Amino acid sequence: MAEVEARYRKKRLDRGIKARADTVFAIASFREILYLLLPRAVPVVALLILPIVLKGYWGKVLVYACVFGLLALSWDFLACCGLFSLGQALFFGLGAYVAGILSYYLHWPPILTIPAAILGGGLLSAILLSPVLRLRGVYFAMVTLMMPLLFMKMIETTGLLGGTHGLSALAPFPNEWVAKYLAVGGFLFVLFIFRRMIGEDYGLVLKAIRDDDRAVMSAAINIYWRKTQALFVAGAVGAFAGAFMTHHYQFVGMTVFALDYSILPLAASALGGPGTFAGPALGSMILIPLSEALRALGGLRIALYCVILILSVIALPEGIFHYIERKYHQFERLVKVG
Amino acid sequence: MGKTEEQAILKVERLGKHFGGVQAVHDVSFSLGQGEFLGIIGPNGSGKTTLVNLITGFVKPDSGRVTYRGKNITARKPYTIAGLGISRTFQMVRLFYNLPAYKNLIIPLSSSRVKKLRGGEYGERDDVAVDLLDDMGFERDSFVPYKLAGSLPHGYLKRLDLARAMALRPDFLILDELFSGMAMSEVASTLPLIEKFHEEGLTIIMIEHRLKELFRVVDRVMVLNFGEKIAEGSPEEVMGTETVKKAYLGIEVEIG
Amino acid sequence: MGHPLFKRHLSLERLEEMSLLIYGTISSIVLALYAAGFSLTYGISGLANFAHGALYILSGFIAWSFLNQVELPYFLSALLAIIISGLIGFGIYWGLLLRVRGIPLAELVVTFAAGVAILELLMWKGFYGIQYSLPLFLEGGVEIKGVAVDYQRLFVIGTGVVLVVLLWLFVHHTKIGLAFRGMAQNERTALSVGIESDWIGSLSLAFGSALAGVAAIVILPMGLMESAIGYEVLIYALAVAIVGGLESTSGVIVASFILGFGQVATAKFLSAKWMIIVPLVAIIFVLVIRPSGLFGKFKELEERI
Repeated sequence: MAEVEARYRKKRLDRGIKARADTVFAIASFREILYLLLPRAVPVVALLILPIVLKGYWGKVLVYACVFGLLALSWDFLACCGLFSLGQALFFGLGAYVAGILSYYLHWPPILTIPAAILGGGLLSAILLSPVLRLRGVYFAMVTLMMPLLFMKMIETTGLLGGTHGLSALAPFPNEWVAKYLAVGGFLFVLFIFRRMIGEDYGLVLKAIRDDDRAVMSAAINIYWRKTQALFVAGAVGAFAGAFMTHHYQFVGMTVFALDYSILPLAASALGGPGTFAGPALGSMILIPLSEALRALGGLRIALYCVILILSVIALPEGIFHYIERKYHQFERLVKVG
Repeated sequence: MGKTEEQAILKVERLGKHFGGVQAVHDVSFSLGQGEFLGIIGPNGSGKTTLVNLITGFVKPDSGRVTYRGKNITARKPYTIAGLGISRTFQMVRLFYNLPAYKNLIIPLSSSRVKKLRGGEYGERDDVAVDLLDDMGFERDSFVPYKLAGSLPHGYLKRLDLARAMALRPDFLILDELFSGMAMSEVASTLPLIEKFHEEGLTIIMIEHRLKELFRVVDRVMVLNFGEKIAEGSPEEVMGTETVKKAYLGIEVEIG
Repeated sequence: MGHPLFKRHLSLERLEEMSLLIYGTISSIVLALYAAGFSLTYGISGLANFAHGALYILSGFIAWSFLNQVELPYFLSALLAIIISGLIGFGIYWGLLLRVRGIPLAELVVTFAAGVAILELLMWKGFYGIQYSLPLFLEGGVEIKGVAVDYQRLFVIGTGVVLVVLLWLFVHHTKIGLAFRGMAQNERTALSVGIESDWIGSLSLAFGSALAGVAAIVILPMGLMESAIGYEVLIYALAVAIVGGLESTSGVIVASFILGFGQVATAKFLSAKWMIIVPLVAIIFVLVIRPSGLFGKFKELEERI
């Protein structure tokens, strides 16, 4: 007697509450409100409370997570319009040095240097990278990879701006609470703004440029100007991260252009899932504490980031965030076929 | 039978382009006056789309000049040329399939050209988009404007492409094989739209293989073969020429 | 002008010129050797192997291990290192690149990350220091027109020239080479990526990696062996490829000489510290001004509106 093999397939169904709560904003029940609100509110509230809860070492880790998170958000913003950056360290380093220079030579306090670094860093990033915008993506990526390295070597060889010793004894933040909440606040603020922008028509055009720039050009939109704007925004965010760290460490040296600052945001975004901003944010919140916990491994950590990056690109291109999102909204069950 | 030089708004002079060893377009010249409707026909590979790409800035010509309303637009950027009012559709429809149909129009509606024409503000782009689609036959009250572009049938996609081109409020429209892949009924419902645009004063170039429908609406026709212009004139004149008949060997065409 | 003082002055200048000429040539050949593997891989299959520098250094360490820990003869150690390097390249393709083949950015990221991982791993394991060096093939040197040149450097020149000639012949003349090029051209125009192109890809990566090994064996004895060099080699290879124009063997040669002499001149008139700036600036400069490089065939880079 021939055996008939039962064949199964995965069937995905929206959870009942999602089907109801998703499109209608005049929400009927408290439960539905919570369903939509909690995943957004809980992380935000947690991040706002953590600076109080975490003291000392882990408080610092939280700050690093937010700073690297900003770099990852900046990366994702560029990725949304088709610009693939292998050189977040450039934005970070430019901001760090602008703040450092203003602090060291002009004795400006952080309250002045940081806005100046944001603006200056953004402008410099846009100016430096706009000439290569018309090239294919791979070449843009290569230039972003080379730029931080070039800056680092120039500082090393010319000895300008502190040279290999860097600029030290810079002004600190008034107190640690300012530092912590500036980092967390900045991170949350950028996350919100970016998610908002991407959802609006402005973001629609950016993503369209990523998907088919010729179609967008035929609609009378100057794609290079839009990309330059994106460079400014992303550069400004990265510069903020750099300027923050300058005052946090009270020091700036050529290591701000190091490869770590380029690879970590990339790994975090790949892990969390590019394109959503929540993904890179999540990725940073996972990777930075992880890397701090593995501090003992020293230089091996960067090899670890690379492995995570490779695995994310190959095995889980959509990233963790999408996976979690999917699980939250749907459940799977095996259904017999035939 | 073209307009005099002063009245021509588009002047194409001796345009040429080669790719590798192939001469895609060779020494093509023609001119078009305000409100004229020109059909461009020719066998596959005769350089029609390349010609359009050359005019609209997507490809840089090796030789020749293109002038629009007195301005030299040769080798200018596509978005600059589009900003001057020259809009086009693509042979391979270029839409954003992961977006709802009406959202596809947001992009041209976000251009500075449209903003200027609307008196300096974008307006409620969503509403404008749905209105425009309604004019194109995508009923406002139906699901269609809100469906993902990727889920629409081919005929709708072509009309969406047309809507996208029109959303730019062009003075000059270039249609590249709009009817290809469309069913007879879809062609029959789209043709009146084109005629309406023509009556409203839009200058149009239309590349088509469906000659019967094309000849009903155009003022004159230009024939390309192997990248060269081999004939120009009214549909009857052109289809009567020996060279044209040879190019379309064996294909019988009804005129009128 | 018969005065002895003038005569000596003249020959000093001549000596400096000779020195510049010879060391410039050596530097250029070294660059060409760095770039050969990278260009071969890219030329055949369009794969930009950003792990190239890492593979270079890795070959050196493998050879060192065979020589000092397994105590094999030098020649055998070198040969094994080259073969293993090729195998690793082959493995990288099948292991990592298979799933992202066809997406240039993903290929870049994956190979780059792999390269960084390898280099950082080597550094973490402590592979740096005076004891890590490969011995010279030939001791001693010779004087050419008054300039002292050691045999190793001459060996490098010889290897480089032989390699480039062989490469050129392979790519342009042999049946296999022509087949490679033909398939590579079809590959790019074809929309589907089939089994054959995976073989082309992996073999091209294997050959490129093996060439990296050859370069390492020949050049490393002249200096230190540490991870940082891996990054430098990648930058040099990229610079040569971009300045010369991708997919052009003549481009590799010309670019190597331009950059090689540029480096030597920089070292002489500025200082050795500035040398690494040359390729970095060259890459950015070329990409902004003339992206397809000197002899680049892919003009579409420029016409990319």
